Amino acid sequence: MRPTGTRSPGPEKRRNVEIRASDAPSAAVELRGIVKRFPGVVANDGVDLSVRRGEIHCLLGENGAGKTTLMRVLYGLYQPDGGEIWLGGRPVRIGSPRAALAHRIGMVHQHFRLVPTLSVEENVVLGLHERTGPFLRFRGVRRKLERLGEEYGLRIDSGAKVWQLSVGQQQRVEILKALYREADVLIMDEPTSVLTPQEVDGLFATLRTLVDDGLTIVFITHKLDEVMRVSDRVTVLRRGRAVSTVETARTGKAELARMMVGREVVFRLEKEPHAPGDLVLEVRDLQATNDRGLPALRDVSFELRAGEILGVAGVSGNGQQELCEVITGLRRAAKGSAALMTNDLTGCSARQIADLGVAHVPTERIRVGTVPNMSIRENLILKSYRTAPFCRWVFLDEGAARRNACRAIAEYGISAPSDGTPAKLLSGGNIQRLVLARELCGAPRLVIAAHPTYGLDVGATEQIRQVLLDQRARGAGILLISEDLDEILQLSDRVLVLCAGRVMGTLDADRADVGEIGLMMAGAQRSEVGE
Amino acid sequence: MIGGRRLRIERRPNASGWVVFAVSVGAIIVSLIAIGVFFRGFGVSPLQAYRELLRGALGSRLGITETIRRSIPLLAIGVGLTVAFRALFWNIGAEGQLLIGAIAGTGIALYSGLPGWMLIPAMFVGGFAGGAVWGTIPAALKVRLGINDVITTLMMNYVAIYLVDWLIHGPWKGPTMRGFAYTDRFPAAAILPKLTGTRIHWPTLAIGLTAALLIYVLVRHTRMGFEIRVAGENPEAARYSGISQMKVTLLAMALSGGLAGIAGVGEVAGVHQMLLGPGQVSLGYGYTAIIVAWLARRNPLAVILTAFLFGVIMRGGDVIKVSLGLPFQLVNVFNGVILFFLIGSEVLIRYRLRLQAVEGG
Repeated sequence: MRPTGTRSPGPEKRRNVEIRASDAPSAAVELRGIVKRFPGVVANDGVDLSVRRGEIHCLLGENGAGKTTLMRVLYGLYQPDGGEIWLGGRPVRIGSPRAALAHRIGMVHQHFRLVPTLSVEENVVLGLHERTGPFLRFRGVRRKLERLGEEYGLRIDSGAKVWQLSVGQQQRVEILKALYREADVLIMDEPTSVLTPQEVDGLFATLRTLVDDGLTIVFITHKLDEVMRVSDRVTVLRRGRAVSTVETARTGKAELARMMVGREVVFRLEKEPHAPGDLVLEVRDLQATNDRGLPALRDVSFELRAGEILGVAGVSGNGQQELCEVITGLRRAAKGSAALMTNDLTGCSARQIADLGVAHVPTERIRVGTVPNMSIRENLILKSYRTAPFCRWVFLDEGAARRNACRAIAEYGISAPSDGTPAKLLSGGNIQRLVLARELCGAPRLVIAAHPTYGLDVGATEQIRQVLLDQRARGAGILLISEDLDEILQLSDRVLVLCAGRVMGTLDADRADVGEIGLMMAGAQRSEVGE
Repeated sequence: MIGGRRLRIERRPNASGWVVFAVSVGAIIVSLIAIGVFFRGFGVSPLQAYRELLRGALGSRLGITETIRRSIPLLAIGVGLTVAFRALFWNIGAEGQLLIGAIAGTGIALYSGLPGWMLIPAMFVGGFAGGAVWGTIPAALKVRLGINDVITTLMMNYVAIYLVDWLIHGPWKGPTMRGFAYTDRFPAAAILPKLTGTRIHWPTLAIGLTAALLIYVLVRHTRMGFEIRVAGENPEAARYSGISQMKVTLLAMALSGGLAGIAGVGEVAGVHQMLLGPGQVSLGYGYTAIIVAWLARRNPLAVILTAFLFGVIMRGGDVIKVSLGLPFQLVNVFNGVILFFLIGSEVLIRYRLRLQAVEGG
């Protein structure tokens, strides 16, 4: 762990030396009593935040704690319903991102704001109003980008089109965009969620150079490890309120976690010893293409047994989605087979596969897994509406659907006013409970769970992981696809690593090590890692 | 900003039935005011115009029965369109489906040689089938090949229009019509019975009302209806739960096109008693019914009410263009303006305005 405390000022390279010198001790950003309401939710409930010049300040909190909302207020994307923003000792009103940039505040969003078909330099100047006449001149832009790239280790080909870049490179473009606009305060919203462990290291090194050079960074995250690794100070948000601000060096993960959730988190779930049973799913030399017709799965083979959780690790976009879709009948396999017991699933329809006892918790639980405008009751019978007891002859049995909904709501603790509430009014955790309740009824033999806890709060996450472990104990085979390595290591019996559609290797979860998995996620074969 | 306050737009969590009703009525009132400007431009007092319109449509027995007669095709088509719109299929080809239904009905009436008692049932069945085929062609094109439904359904209207024109000028031109481009008059057994003393061809009305009820039950309480709603609300979720988009879309469009075909049979067998020019068979019912279904917010039972409302506008419009000397395109202006405000008002169902005090600043 990096020692914190006073840092040497570092070489003064940037243009705003005097400004910084004059109000050196004052806070770069001060938010006072920020209130932001959305229909039915108070996202920020009187939040105070003081960020010192030249520090990396983490905003830590569960999903839904109000971190992103708070930073969107600072960046001018939202107007606060109450409270004040002070910059360099003066109150300001930030009406738009343009105004924020004028105050030298830049933001790198979790989902990048880039135009894929444009080049890096075109993306960088997009929206800038420089007096260049009717024609765009890129020579100056290119030179400035090169200089910034040299300085901060953000080298990139400024003529490359954004769609050709990896996610990590696209993130660099976002950072360069903010630096090009001479941002002094850089807000990073969950920047590591899309990166491999190695890319994360590179990002952290860059952030360090930036603060050494006088920039101020606000770093939004819900990962405790990152807070400990990167920040100088940390402010914990819980349910729209700032719980506390502490020096990172004077705290620890357990204390932060307690502040984050308001209670001690059980980091270890009860997990019975691994007792694999019969073969449930056998995948052989599976090949498939993605939506653009490019190869997404290349000769993927693995086995999954009853009572076993096989974790699939990998940076998103390396074939996980396609693997799920092929096994659940939503995508055709180009070659190879996927067999459930003795039934070949390739060539079966999604409905036939579901009827064989395959449960699917989809990645996009709202867009794919539910019908937002339909009631909880109707969403719960989305896959069983065709047969008794929910359907008699051609008529739906409302009573049966209602009884089913009452049972599911009680069993999974779905919190909703009634079973007639539209699914779109549920929180993320409750939507996932709904999806699980529907998919797991009828004791499926195979459960495909894609990112089952992504974006959920700690309470829901814990519950959903326990539900998966219960299914394992019951004897279901579970294919767990997740980008959260902690989750994979915590739940899985074995871990399979995918990179560019290839299986990089399979490890026993007990003996797996995060560094090793990280290297495999980045494309190293199992054998190479061992050497 | 208004004196330290400002208007804010925010998402309405879940609009109740009353909100939807109030917004719809509000949209109609605003359209009437807007159309008032149009009346003013022709030197007619809007209040007088509306009074005339209501008197013409509802002020006499003749007025009411004529209003109902015009509501009949709107009801049948509108009910069908609610299903298509539920399945997220933008069927703006009801006009063509109506004409194909009219052609099928005419063919059976004049050339089938069926015994008299079978003619009318056979014409309705044939009309339904014709409209259904015309409706399912764009449905299949959309699901199979991803061809835009708005364009195909609209274009197929023109095919149907020219088909009617060709038939009445060519092969089906009636020898007894002294050179006019009409088919021969239907035999008496192929002409729909009317309510005494009116031009209300009640069999079509009865089919329309029954369809409204059946479609309501179908959509709300059956397996097929559940599939239509899921596919319409979230096609991704439909795919995920194994619902066939092809089956749902074909079914919805067969019903929608079929009911438009029924309306076509009603017009030729109940009103004109022959097939004549496409603009005479349908007074734009296929297009007006889109507004009817939209105003009913895709509820087939509400179509009974909205179809009647547009019957009032059509009949009343006919009356005032004569009594006040206004151009005959008047009714189209009515429809256009109402649809405009109706679609615009959707925003108010999903969002609401709130006046809020501004703190600080």
